[in-house]
Amino acid sequence: MFKIIQKTIATGIVTTKYPGEPAQISEQFRGRPSFDFEKWKDARPATEVCPTGAISVCDEGGSRRVTVDYGLCVFCGLCAEASADQAVRITQEFELASADRRNLVLTAEYSLNTDRTHRELRAVHQRLGDLEEDVESVGQKARKNIQKLLKRSLAIRQVDAGSCNGCELEIVALNNPVYDLERFGIQFVASPRHADMLLVTGPVTRNMELALLKTYQAMPEPKVVVAVGACGISGGIFGKNYASLGGVDNVVPVDVYIPGCPPRPQALLHGILLAVGRLGERLYDDRRG
Amino acid sequence: MTQAMSAFFEALRQKFGAQIQSISTDREDEVYLLVGDSDIRALAEYLRSEFDARLVTVFAEDRRSAESVFFNYYVFERKGDTRYLIVRAPVHADHPEFPSLSAGLPAVNWQEREIQDWFGLKAVGHPNPRRVAMHDNWPDVHPLRKDFPLGTVLPPFEGERHIYRPALGEGVFQVPVGPVHAGTIEPGHFNFAVAGEPILYLQLRMFYTHKGTEKLFEKLPIQKAVFLAESISGDSSFSHGTAFCQAIERAAQMEVPLRALIMRTILLELERICNHVADIGAIANDVGFVVANAHASRLKEMLVSLNEQLTGNRLLRGMVCVGGVRRGWDAVQLVALRAAIEVFASEFQDLVALIDSSESTRDRLEQTGVLRPEKAKDLGIVGVVGRASGVDLDVRRDHPYAAYGRYSFRVPVYQVGDVTHRMQVRGDEVRESLGIIRGAADESLHGDFRAQVPPIPADRCALSAVEGWRGEIIHWIRTGPDNHLERCKIKDPSLNNWPALVEAVQGNIIADFPVINKSFNLSYSGTDR
Repeated sequence: MFKIIQKTIATGIVTTKYPGEPAQISEQFRGRPSFDFEKWKDARPATEVCPTGAISVCDEGGSRRVTVDYGLCVFCGLCAEASADQAVRITQEFELASADRRNLVLTAEYSLNTDRTHRELRAVHQRLGDLEEDVESVGQKARKNIQKLLKRSLAIRQVDAGSCNGCELEIVALNNPVYDLERFGIQFVASPRHADMLLVTGPVTRNMELALLKTYQAMPEPKVVVAVGACGISGGIFGKNYASLGGVDNVVPVDVYIPGCPPRPQALLHGILLAVGRLGERLYDDRRG
Repeated sequence: MTQAMSAFFEALRQKFGAQIQSISTDREDEVYLLVGDSDIRALAEYLRSEFDARLVTVFAEDRRSAESVFFNYYVFERKGDTRYLIVRAPVHADHPEFPSLSAGLPAVNWQEREIQDWFGLKAVGHPNPRRVAMHDNWPDVHPLRKDFPLGTVLPPFEGERHIYRPALGEGVFQVPVGPVHAGTIEPGHFNFAVAGEPILYLQLRMFYTHKGTEKLFEKLPIQKAVFLAESISGDSSFSHGTAFCQAIERAAQMEVPLRALIMRTILLELERICNHVADIGAIANDVGFVVANAHASRLKEMLVSLNEQLTGNRLLRGMVCVGGVRRGWDAVQLVALRAAIEVFASEFQDLVALIDSSESTRDRLEQTGVLRPEKAKDLGIVGVVGRASGVDLDVRRDHPYAAYGRYSFRVPVYQVGDVTHRMQVRGDEVRESLGIIRGAADESLHGDFRAQVPPIPADRCALSAVEGWRGEIIHWIRTGPDNHLERCKIKDPSLNNWPALVEAVQGNIIADFPVINKSFNLSYSGTDR
């Protein structure tokens, strides 16, 4: 016993201050690839190397539409290496969670030269509304919501609907002393009947479809569903095939999407806190009838 | 070929001359033996009894369009021989059957049934020929046949998923658990037959996370498939990624720069340490020693941060590539590596001492979940679980790859086979890994870290093996035209080891199942693919 206490005292507090303070992460970390559409002379090299088709082009006559889907991105960094013009840059941004799947998609339209490189940028469509929401305010709002609506506790039921277990490792890490999810009054529970939130990793396999549906149905209202990682959002590298149904929202309605492969614990935390806000909206809607 | 080696083949030729059609070696450590028919029972028995050869894995390939037959592949290895012997046996399309080896070699029980499910080749004489890889409610399809498109939309499933054997008797109950479990773990179904608290019999239903991975490998260009390999089992991202890249490099017959080999070795060992320390904590946690788990998960977090600093990803993803690694390390990264390893080494000692000092923890783990050495050998158990039960196998030593030939390390083997010893093997291996990393980090890490990949010719076969932190990972590929693969077989050590869990839990109380399961810590995704 003495040894245990001695070691605990010697170790001290290791818990991160995030989201109260910015996350301490390595400068090597590969976060969101950002695109300088003005500067981008050719999207095709990035498209060719992207392992999941997160970057795609559609040429029509003399024009091109480039689509970037963060919901498919595995953050490998190949697009930046392939784009000689340095228009694609890997940033350290990881707070990418969004309540709207469409917010994770950017498109840019170009007119083309005869060699099919970009001549002129015509338009950029992006709705990165949630992406820009300040994480600190998300955290503060969530804390308020948890206190007010849930009597200081949010219960999460996690379901692996077919993942490679990478996302599970990061979800488990949320409970380690460094991220310590319980400091927000958030806990993982053993039964969906005790849960307010369903945290699902994917892709959803044919064999897990029924189990996921039953787990969702077993949860009391109001409830929110969070899809974790590229596979949970879109099927990721697995996509849809004879054994995989792709993203979680093909089986149950999803309230918040957390990109990553896997999302780092802070990104999960950010997404969960964002979803808590959604839970508040649900409760309000329910009461109004 | 040395004399001892040729003597081995001479003996084979003399005994099975009529059956053996050719012996070929593309690479020194990979020998293909083409036989005339699908019945290799006598050959397998001879290899086992005369040479103590171990059947590493069994898999099939649909070669109907090129050679008008299916082929079964039986990969053997022998003690003290760095070569893999691969027996290639045809199975005729109009008579899709092959004699099963499972009755005498229970190690291939599941793998032969996979061939039945995925290729529609019947394993005649199999003691339990029920479906394993596809649940009973699947329609009658064979997804790895070439005429089955990856994107096939199967009709809605009907009927029972799986019929469990009833356990009857006074006071006997069956307890179904899963596929959604109480904790944050992967899905699988366990059906326990219990009499009071002790477990009489455990039935497993796996393959809930089957997502068509092997079929998908046939669709992706090779460079993109590296990322799929990293997603076979997330906790073994680097091991599977390396196994895959090695297979391609072997098929392309290319050299990988030494600097890359050393860096791969360091990262493979980091992955091992990360997972071992987390498992040690989780085992303690499952018997109520929460503080130990808090320290272990803190140490794991430290290493995961180091992973990120070395590769840009906490799971070491996006680092390995065909031809080497994608980035070199600068002085800052190397200093961080050395420093983190030393801090970890001293903290790890504290953790082990902390667990050792807890008598109640030791009491719960000793003689819990025993897997006897003879059972382990029969069932073909590999890796950590095998080494705790007397199975002296380690790919790093037996078939050196990456830069393992340059460092000396000990392979811990125990005979007791209980949870304590599965934990002990992990602890010993962490210390050995630290030694390997120290040795490797002291080498001069200069020069190329990535070789130019030549055009990869079609129709080359290659086998690659890696000792992942769980155990032996095998990738076998056949290249196709245009930088694609014709076939990619993945064998995760979990596939070997699940049946051992059934043995280990018998007679234990059901409340000890979580800790026994944790001491195995098998990958569901790696099994199901």
